[in-house]
Amino acid sequence: MAKKYDAGVKEYRDLYWAPDYVPLDTDLLACFKVTPQEGVSNEECAAAVAAESSTGTWSTVWSELLTDMEFYKGRAYRIEDVPGDKDSFYTFIAYPLDLFEEGSIVNVLTSLVGNVFGFKALKHLRLEDIRFPIAFVKTCMGPPSGIQVERDKLNKYGRPMLGCTIKPKLGLSAKNYGRAVYECLRGGLDLTKDDENVNSQPFMRWQNRFEFVAMAVEKAQAETGEVKGHYLNVTANTPEEMYERAEFAKELGQPVIMHDFLTGGFTANTGLAKWCRKNGILLHIHRAMHAVIDRHPKHGIHFRVLAKCLRLSGGDHLHTGTVVGKLEGDRASTLGYVDQLRESFVPEDRRRGVFFDQDWGSMPGVFAVASGGIHVWHMPALLNIFGDDSILQFGGGTQGHPWGNAAGAAANRVALEACVKARNEGRDLERESRDILEGAARHSPELALAMETWKEIVFEFETVDKLDIN
Amino acid sequence: MNTTNTVAGDYRTEKTLETFSFLPPLTQQEVYDQISFMLSQGLTPAIEHEDPAQATNHYWTMWKLPFFGEKDLSAVVSELEACHRAYPDHHVRLLGYDNYTQSQGVCFVVYRGKVW
Repeated sequence: MAKKYDAGVKEYRDLYWAPDYVPLDTDLLACFKVTPQEGVSNEECAAAVAAESSTGTWSTVWSELLTDMEFYKGRAYRIEDVPGDKDSFYTFIAYPLDLFEEGSIVNVLTSLVGNVFGFKALKHLRLEDIRFPIAFVKTCMGPPSGIQVERDKLNKYGRPMLGCTIKPKLGLSAKNYGRAVYECLRGGLDLTKDDENVNSQPFMRWQNRFEFVAMAVEKAQAETGEVKGHYLNVTANTPEEMYERAEFAKELGQPVIMHDFLTGGFTANTGLAKWCRKNGILLHIHRAMHAVIDRHPKHGIHFRVLAKCLRLSGGDHLHTGTVVGKLEGDRASTLGYVDQLRESFVPEDRRRGVFFDQDWGSMPGVFAVASGGIHVWHMPALLNIFGDDSILQFGGGTQGHPWGNAAGAAANRVALEACVKARNEGRDLERESRDILEGAARHSPELALAMETWKEIVFEFETVDKLDIN
Repeated sequence: MNTTNTVAGDYRTEKTLETFSFLPPLTQQEVYDQISFMLSQGLTPAIEHEDPAQATNHYWTMWKLPFFGEKDLSAVVSELEACHRAYPDHHVRLLGYDNYTQSQGVCFVVYRGKVW
């Protein structure tokens, strides 16, 4: 049992490289893409990542002998080549469950993507995926409501929901802003959204915005007979202000609020999610700053990890990119993390960038939100890609309609319903998209005009971050 | 929804009935296609009806119990017709219960009430 204290610097691989280790069901597993500095062996680098993201430090310390390091240390247990990339490799690391506080995404990230990312022996490091053991998943609350409860509350079945972000995103007065919301909702959208950078600026303080928006939602609901909502952004400078805004939204009887989980941080997000569960309010999650973290193919954190963390931290909707619109997003990779948001079990599938089986148990699902540079012509492809459990948000594609927001909203709603109907009839949405939309436009002058307005707009650039597959 | 009342630029607010209410009323064949889809997905068909004045409530009145295990399109159609005959002024909607998601996979109004 007792070991002698042997001071000095050891090779990391002596302690943290464990190719024979068989991960336990309770281990938290991570896959990193490692790009070492020249002259450092892959095993040593992998072991260094395991050490620095778990128990280790650069030098042996006597107090290690006061505990059982074999029980607590992370282990690099596998190395794999990255297809098409000779400079990097994947390493798989197993972390014992007791390294992490129950229910704390903050704690997991502080270890896994903490100091290790600045480690000198590495040129680049990217966290590709995490397998959260079900034992950890069960300690997290997850989405405040989830897909099923939200559908029941909003009475939306058998189709994606339709939304839009109110534009211009900055500079409107509260009353004019509420007008834009009302027009969108009365025309046929289910939900509208504060832009992420609308907080409480001098041109529109949050109380005023909340009050006028509440009037807009109520009137649209009364006139259409359908359930409507607007994501009131409660992201704020301090948790206290955030909760104050959330409380006011509740006081106004509003169904949904929103938060930016990366700029606001996971502590704020998890706290707000718990508040939402307690108060029966839906929580929309925006992802500002994600591309800073996830876009570089060799460094940072893949969005699939951030999406998993958000589901555990709590949120009912999460932006996922559109695949077809103006923002970056590879189709297979996007579908890989959309599954992580919505399914109860996701099997390993390298073709979708999924490195581990992930069991979500009974955790509620999160709606995937496709938003950014999309318009009616994209509708068939969007429905095909995202399916029913999604929210399709057309900002410019609603408010840029020549007859205004209400007609723009109606155009999108007609297009969506025509696509759902066609899909259910067994038609091929992408191959027959023109036919389906033109058929629907014969009964809808709003849709016909929308199709005319946006017929030339395409966004076709190569994806920067591609999946590493042969 | 009546889509003929839009003068260019004048968009009037309409009372609508959620999924498919922005399309022209479905033809008989189109309704059959949606029922076939629902049955092919393994959903349990159910029928509800309501006085249009009460239609914004979540709960409408059930027409019998959900038709558990029903696979026959014509049986669903005749129940829809029977419900409509019994309540000609009511909205009648068809639901597809999904016992895995514990939600409704399909829900749309088949017959719209006369005055609403």
